Amino acid sequence: MIEFANVSKRFASDTWAVRNVSLEIGEGEFVAVLGESGSGKTTLVKMVNRLVDADEGKVIVAGKDVRETDAVQLRRTIGYVIQQVGLLPHLTIADNIAMVPTLLGWTEAAKVARVTELLALVGLPEMGARFPDQLSGGQRQRIGLARALAARPKLMVLDEPFGALDPITRVGLQGELRRVHEELALTSVMVTHDIVEALTLADRIAVMYRSQLRQVGTPAELVAKPADEYVAQLMGMAKHQAEQLAGVTG
Amino acid sequence: MSELLRGLPPLLAAHLELVLVALVAACAISLPLAIAVASRPRLALPVVTVAGVIQTIPGLALLALMVAVIAGTHGLGVRLSPFGFPPAVIALTLYAILPILRNAITGLRGVDPDVVEAARGLGMTQGQLLRIVQLPLAAPVIAAGVRTATVWTVGAATLATPVGQICLGNYIFAGLQTRNWEMLLAGVIAAAGLAIVLDLVLGAIEHALAQRERPWAAGALLLALIVVVLAVLPRLGGGDPGAPVVAKRRAAAKVTHLRVGAKTFTEQYILVEVLRQRLAKVGIETDVAQSLGSTVVFDALASGEIDAYVDYSGTLFLNQMKRSAGTPRWRVLVEVEAWLATQGIRSLGSLGFENAYALAMKRTTAERLHAKQLGDLAAHAGDLGIGGDYEWFSRGEWASVRAAYDLHFARTATFDPSLLYDAVARGEVDVISAFSSDGRIAANDLVTLADPQSALPPYDAIVLLGKRVADDPDVACALAPLAGKISVELMRRANLMVDRADDKATPAAAATWLLQAAHVPDGC
Repeated sequence: MIEFANVSKRFASDTWAVRNVSLEIGEGEFVAVLGESGSGKTTLVKMVNRLVDADEGKVIVAGKDVRETDAVQLRRTIGYVIQQVGLLPHLTIADNIAMVPTLLGWTEAAKVARVTELLALVGLPEMGARFPDQLSGGQRQRIGLARALAARPKLMVLDEPFGALDPITRVGLQGELRRVHEELALTSVMVTHDIVEALTLADRIAVMYRSQLRQVGTPAELVAKPADEYVAQLMGMAKHQAEQLAGVTG
Repeated sequence: MSELLRGLPPLLAAHLELVLVALVAACAISLPLAIAVASRPRLALPVVTVAGVIQTIPGLALLALMVAVIAGTHGLGVRLSPFGFPPAVIALTLYAILPILRNAITGLRGVDPDVVEAARGLGMTQGQLLRIVQLPLAAPVIAAGVRTATVWTVGAATLATPVGQICLGNYIFAGLQTRNWEMLLAGVIAAAGLAIVLDLVLGAIEHALAQRERPWAAGALLLALIVVVLAVLPRLGGGDPGAPVVAKRRAAAKVTHLRVGAKTFTEQYILVEVLRQRLAKVGIETDVAQSLGSTVVFDALASGEIDAYVDYSGTLFLNQMKRSAGTPRWRVLVEVEAWLATQGIRSLGSLGFENAYALAMKRTTAERLHAKQLGDLAAHAGDLGIGGDYEWFSRGEWASVRAAYDLHFARTATFDPSLLYDAVARGEVDVISAFSSDGRIAANDLVTLADPQSALPPYDAIVLLGKRVADDPDVACALAPLAGKISVELMRRANLMVDRADDKATPAAAATWLLQAAHVPDGC
């Protein structure tokens, strides 16, 4: 579904944001791109919907080189969720959710039906007439998810979608995201710096460190066979946390 | 008072129209410009700087500059009148650009970058991003900028009077010059009221935008629309004094309508009434363009924007003909009339009095210093202060007086002409540049100093007719009999009737008195 082939992105003349990354993501897969801030993980996934264009290498989405697609049309086929949500504050929740269908020229009736359906899917029926500032952070992120799903994309790009939420809301939403991913048979790429989130949610994890891809594998593979010291350290930390938690909770 | 109120609506309508046209034009320029530069700091800085520099030019100077600029473009084939509406509206538009531009840039930049990022990620084009996201979110800040510009423009538009645009400034300038405080206040209060009303209307729109109350916004916009219509209607119905009408009149054989100009002082307000009353007797209606700048008024006559006004021989001799002082009175008059003929302008001859510059001082001071003529001041000038009107210290007369009599005053001060006589009477300055026909010379017990070396040129008042009416027998019949009839004593008394603090007469009443006292015969 997505293929990164030797992609690089330079910011200043000698500062690499992403350096020679190759990664394939299959249809129906849930892949977490894990890394600390500044590791290049966000830059990498923004190449999927062309918010960033690679300087070198190719990004292929659904069999087509993204450089040969129209960026605006491409984005309308990809669900996009960001940490700050970015709901339009002057539009109602319903208008926000219906934004991509509006851009695509759907009929009013089709939009209303889709909004009702999505509000139910994210567990916030009756919220359509409100404005974003009348919702809690968790509710806003659910609406962000509903908005991304509005035009029935097959592919979702999520940039730290739960980073700004409190732990209880976060865990609840993580479960819902995974459920939606299964139900709608989506392909999902999620950027995160949270090791536990990556390990518990993703089918495979791609670890980015200092603009390079260090290892790609299932959570079990990463824990069992870390490719280098950095990955080993990450996994060690996760294990250590889990043991401590086990100690506390008995 | 009721006459003042009756005269107010046309001024208010013209003022409102001027302001609204300038604001719409300023928005039309500023908003696209702001959109173009908001995301490009390298472009935004110079653009905002240029708008800021324009803003620092004093309003009156910018308006006067526009007259010159438009006149300058005539060489390039642009046929825009350098007089009245065009220069006023262009200057006010330039003036209104900065607040709108600056707020629009601030507003567009202030849109949450996460919202913009998300909107782009959804697949909005640049146009959709602007229309659906950036402009609506920046709208309250943009509206605040338009509001600021509106209040500024309403104020600045009062300065359009001297370039020949009718506006509330007509009451303010005329009120100040004739010391008619009721008139001045009427103009000031009307301008302030207009600013407040427009601010409230725009405030309601701004509020509606911020509160997302669409019906409210629609209502406020409707109100704004009504205001626009009210502003435009009187102009459509009441006869446009602009260029197309002048062209139409030119085709008509008989002159039935005259546009008469006046400069910015009492005597001119009275004389324009004298012309109006004389013309009315032969059935010719008159439009008056009051409070025109001294050079603007001649250009307006030369270009056919006005048909008649009273000028002074020395002014034309120095300013238009670029001659220097030191020529005797009779020769100045002859040379000026010959020159005017080459310009297609007809002079009906001197009215019979001079309104020359003269240096005046308190009688008591003059006696103490034994000063009878300008040369007597040379020994004392180092201890004396001199006050002049706005033009005096930059005029050729000031230089020639100083050179001819070797005068070096201790200090100089500039006053509005209406305050000059009070300033010397109260001793704030010792000498002033006075006008020889001003009634306040005698009223304030001042004396004028003789000028044996003719350093101050003569200023005979002459009636000038523009090309359109130069050969019209009715106009000549009405105005020619004025020649030689108005003595300086009569003019001083008429001026004082209007200028004095108590028992003030209107310029119209003073003109009626003057025509009777001068025994001007009816008809040719």
